[in-house]
Amino acid sequence: MSVENLIFEIGAPGRRAATMPAMDVPTESPQSMIPEGMLRKESAPLPEVSEIEIVRHYTHLSQRNFGVDTGFYPLGSCTMKYNPKLNEDMAALPGFAHIHPLQPDSTVQGAIQLFYELEQYLAEIAGMARVTLQPSAGAHGELTGLMLIKAFHENNGQGHRNLVLIPDNAHGTNPASATLADYRSVEIKTDPRTGGIEIEHLKEVLDEHAANVAAIMMTNPNTLGLFDSKVLEIAKMVHEAGGQLYYDGANANAVLGITRPGDMGFDVVHFNLHKTCSTPHGGGGPGSGPIGVKEHLVPFLPGPLPEKGDNGYYWADPGPRSIGKVRANKGNFGVLVRAYTYIRTYGPDGLLHVAQSAILNANYLRHELASDYEIAYPEMCQHEFVATAERQKEEYGVTALDIAKRILDFGMYAPTIYFPLIVHEALMIEPTETETRETLDYFVSVMRQIAEEARTDPEIVKTAPHTTPVGRLDQALAARRPNLRWAPGQEETH
Amino acid sequence: MSYIPNTPEDQQAMLEKLGLSSLEDLLAPVPENVRLRRPLNLPPALSEPDLKRLLNGMAAKNKNLDVVVSFLGAGTYDHAIPSVVPHLQRRSEFVTSYTPYQPEVSQGMLQAIYEFQTMVCQITGLDIANASLYDGATAMVEASLLAVGPGGRGEVVISMGVDPQYRRVLHTYAHARGFTIKEVPTRNGVTSPEDLDAAVSATTAAVVIQQPNFFGCIEDMRAIEPVAHKGKAVFVATITEPASLSVLASPGEYGADIAVGELMSFGNTMSYGGPALGFMAARSKYMRLLPGRLVGQTVEEGGQKQTGYVLTLQTREQHIRRERATSNICTNQSLLAVGATIYLAALGKQGFRELGELCLQKAHYAFRQITALPGYKAAFSSPFFDEFVITAPVSAQRLQQHFEQAGITGGYALRDGYPDMPNDMLFCVTETRSKEEIDYLVDVLKEVQA
Repeated sequence: MSVENLIFEIGAPGRRAATMPAMDVPTESPQSMIPEGMLRKESAPLPEVSEIEIVRHYTHLSQRNFGVDTGFYPLGSCTMKYNPKLNEDMAALPGFAHIHPLQPDSTVQGAIQLFYELEQYLAEIAGMARVTLQPSAGAHGELTGLMLIKAFHENNGQGHRNLVLIPDNAHGTNPASATLADYRSVEIKTDPRTGGIEIEHLKEVLDEHAANVAAIMMTNPNTLGLFDSKVLEIAKMVHEAGGQLYYDGANANAVLGITRPGDMGFDVVHFNLHKTCSTPHGGGGPGSGPIGVKEHLVPFLPGPLPEKGDNGYYWADPGPRSIGKVRANKGNFGVLVRAYTYIRTYGPDGLLHVAQSAILNANYLRHELASDYEIAYPEMCQHEFVATAERQKEEYGVTALDIAKRILDFGMYAPTIYFPLIVHEALMIEPTETETRETLDYFVSVMRQIAEEARTDPEIVKTAPHTTPVGRLDQALAARRPNLRWAPGQEETH
Repeated sequence: MSYIPNTPEDQQAMLEKLGLSSLEDLLAPVPENVRLRRPLNLPPALSEPDLKRLLNGMAAKNKNLDVVVSFLGAGTYDHAIPSVVPHLQRRSEFVTSYTPYQPEVSQGMLQAIYEFQTMVCQITGLDIANASLYDGATAMVEASLLAVGPGGRGEVVISMGVDPQYRRVLHTYAHARGFTIKEVPTRNGVTSPEDLDAAVSATTAAVVIQQPNFFGCIEDMRAIEPVAHKGKAVFVATITEPASLSVLASPGEYGADIAVGELMSFGNTMSYGGPALGFMAARSKYMRLLPGRLVGQTVEEGGQKQTGYVLTLQTREQHIRRERATSNICTNQSLLAVGATIYLAALGKQGFRELGELCLQKAHYAFRQITALPGYKAAFSSPFFDEFVITAPVSAQRLQQHFEQAGITGGYALRDGYPDMPNDMLFCVTETRSKEEIDYLVDVLKEVQA
């Protein structure tokens, strides 16, 4: 396969693309305006390339990248659904894209209205009293939610509560966010029979630490794709111990219009609009992680919050108990426009159908793959499920990683692998509602073929991928001798 | 309308394979006591044409910068976006991809981020950079967290010349994480090395200075550096207006350990302030402490040893290290990083230089014209780049009303962050403002009588 040179390796001195406006004002020497010591000595050594070179270079790079628009993307817990083109167009409208965050409220009435209404929609979907659209991503929302819980406890003279209970199948961001909020994580075991939280273990932990428990963080359905039917019992236990319930909304695509975190007993919920509400992942962002809270946590929300008054929409400062701010300005507005468009596209019945269809697609794949792969919890799943390569590894030495790489050869992305951590050789599969039955059938046929290859020709799986722009890359070398930037004279890294 | 491709007939056939008769049967695992047995209270579904009408109407209620001349900066800057940037950035293979966990089919995004990391190093003069952070404010917080360290209880010394929003975010995080903040006031719009010297102690984990600062003033980083480094503190430079790096000494040149800030204005629309593009560059010694994603160059495992790119040093990250991770960052701002990369490639070495010179000259022209008006004076005599504070003969609020009548967006009223500056307004003049527009601003100001 060909290598695409770095932008720094193409072009020639003197080449350029963008033109600058004319210098139409009288000038003075920079030395007269800026002290010598604070002037830059050498120009930044940026590339010198023409526009055609730039266009071809980044077009080639895009061709070396796989997105939902390229093909099936069954990446568990990431909800890689189709990203509607309409949403992109709406976010790009100059009235949304070219407005400054500090413009007077009177000049951004449409923007504040969008914040105001989207907040109401999300509050209704989550069963919460209010929502802040400020957090920039899911993990940012988690941290914000924990900050709210902390402020709530401190306000009640319970500031000593320093433990957050986190199931052993939780997303890694949960314990990392807890640490950032200066909480200690306590792992709660999964009940191997049900895949839900082990009630006995939770009870033990609560008995031992009740006075110090600040919160429990849960996803429901959890990362095994299973709905924890004991959620109300768990909520009661944690609340009685004085703790709060945090809902990690990464899996919210499974509950739209079916059930609501607020009705399950949760006090705080975050959304991943870049999952549930179809806004594109952009190769790793931007996202948006709004937080919904019950009434008792509203006074602690970060501000400002959008309000509607006699003279239109305005930004209201939060009260004295607000935690403050978790980022500059109001939120990832460009992402919010897309999410707003998405919710208005579907309406209440449509969102319910989204969740039902996502669940149907996941169960269909679970059912069809069960003949060739172990399913960690073979019962009915929600929007995703965890298959495993345990059988393939034990019998043929073919791992989940090998299978993931082999899938790439068939023009599809791989499932999430080795997660959740409690399942060996995990292949976590989330098809989403936007895939056709034919695509699902093709995925099944590929997975069956790979299972067959593992039996008959394991090498082809172990050495996969074979048809991608590059073969398997040396991750160990990358970590051992990190090369994080290009430098002049760098021809070959290693 | 709907993006669900399967028809009721498709779904019925799939249900039959599962031995089920209806979609409702799939919801059996959800106990009745948590079921929502009513439709969500949301507006009904709309068709694409109806939605376009609705959203166009809402967008039209906002005065956008294509039609309104603006002198607002204060952390968000209006730099022209060459058409080539959105055309390439919006290629759907970039837009619709996830974090590049499978590098073999994600080389495009990985290589673009590697180029981004390199360009951030080139403009900041530092050794390494990460793949992006949420925004400038949270990037500054992440640098502070890095300095304070796990379980650390050190103190962060920060100049009051740093954007008040950024400081508010730092206070919010510091309260949760449990470290303290000492704010150092400014004199003549800048941080005095003497005041800083009095504030920095043996327990100082980080010294945070914005360059140029929120007032647009250029801090004397060369005088500040030895003070910041007199103990063990990490010297953090915060840059909200990256065009300044074209003209001003880079953080690498003046001895900063970490540079953080905001790159949204390079190739990305301001979109009412978000999504933004936080960055972090640092000296090599901080490599294994950096928050967020890092892309590294490597080679294929076997065969031809062709060059490729991967997410690397992942043992710092939440999905591996969980509660001991260097940060909780998962999703960041990759697509905006791609935009900034294409933008900087499009400007190139020469264009980047011109960008800074245009901002510098136009802002100084505006400054000279405004301060020549009776009643208007410079709030500070410190040097500046493309933003400056003017003390007006009337309140900034009154000025705003005049601007509104004149159909322009004026500067930023500083009383919001600095209550003792009621008549002060922060003006920003970038390369996008023409002489004619600047002269119009001056005319409007001239007509305001005390």
